[in-house]
Amino acid sequence: MTRSDENRTIARLLGPAEPEILCDECFEQLDVYVDAELRHADADAMVPGMRAHLEGCPTCSEEYESLRALVQQDSQR
Amino acid sequence: MARRVAKHSVIATVAEIEAIPSPMELRRSGSAAAHDDAAWINDLRQRDGAAIDRLHALLLRASRFEVSRRRSSLSFVRGEELDDVAMQAAGDALVAVLAKLDDFRGESRFTTWVYKFALLEAGVRVRRRAWQEREVVLDPEGWGGFADAGERPDTAAERSELVTAIGECIAHELTLHQRQVLIALAIDGVPIDVLAERMTTTRGALYKTLHDARRRLRARLAERGLSPELS
Repeated sequence: MTRSDENRTIARLLGPAEPEILCDECFEQLDVYVDAELRHADADAMVPGMRAHLEGCPTCSEEYESLRALVQQDSQR
Repeated sequence: MARRVAKHSVIATVAEIEAIPSPMELRRSGSAAAHDDAAWINDLRQRDGAAIDRLHALLLRASRFEVSRRRSSLSFVRGEELDDVAMQAAGDALVAVLAKLDDFRGESRFTTWVYKFALLEAGVRVRRRAWQEREVVLDPEGWGGFADAGERPDTAAERSELVTAIGECIAHELTLHQRQVLIALAIDGVPIDVLAERMTTTRGALYKTLHDARRRLRARLAERGLSPELS
């Protein structure tokens, strides 16, 4: 195992150091967070703990990336 | 009116999805332009057919978008089946949105709020299909730890102590259930909704277990004076 592989494994095992919201609240707030980001508002202040959760939960992170990409695609058309 | 990808066509390509009018274009066009979000929501509450059709079109656009993004994980699945996945996801999302209309508080655009339901349903279906033929082994002892980290010449003593302590804490400080969930999610890479289905539980409950296990690991490492900061 290389050092970078080891770092990734440690990160997955230990998760984010900061306080985080959990999956259910992430889903509840995801639209608010994405819209705030895309209008350059302070999304992390509006939804505390979201950023940490997205670091710790690959599935919620996938959904965040998709929602952001889809809304961004709309706004560019 | 919206151009739609035929219901029974193979899964839409990105170009086809991009050809479907976005909500902004729908607003600019024809009769749909008459509705602002509030009127649309009101029509949905009345179960107005046109409003529901418009919602379904939006959800289908989102579910096809998601299936298209994740199609590399389903390279063994035929295009027709992929489009069925998108259609089913849009249908389930439609039911969910209609049931939760009163939860929309206007803190985001209505379309953004709507999209997330379709992305969730499509993502869950894609991940479950990708893992359909794969066994998930819940083996709490199934991780060998950082086997050679202590012996590597580039490993400082503190680093070696850290990785050894992580292995020890996983083995001795977590419950059996916490070890099973942690290893399946963080080591074996099982998607959380796939694991939830196999363990007959919910994604929220599993993440809570993962969260508690991680907090316990961090607390035990801190008690040993070890910092998990990665370098």
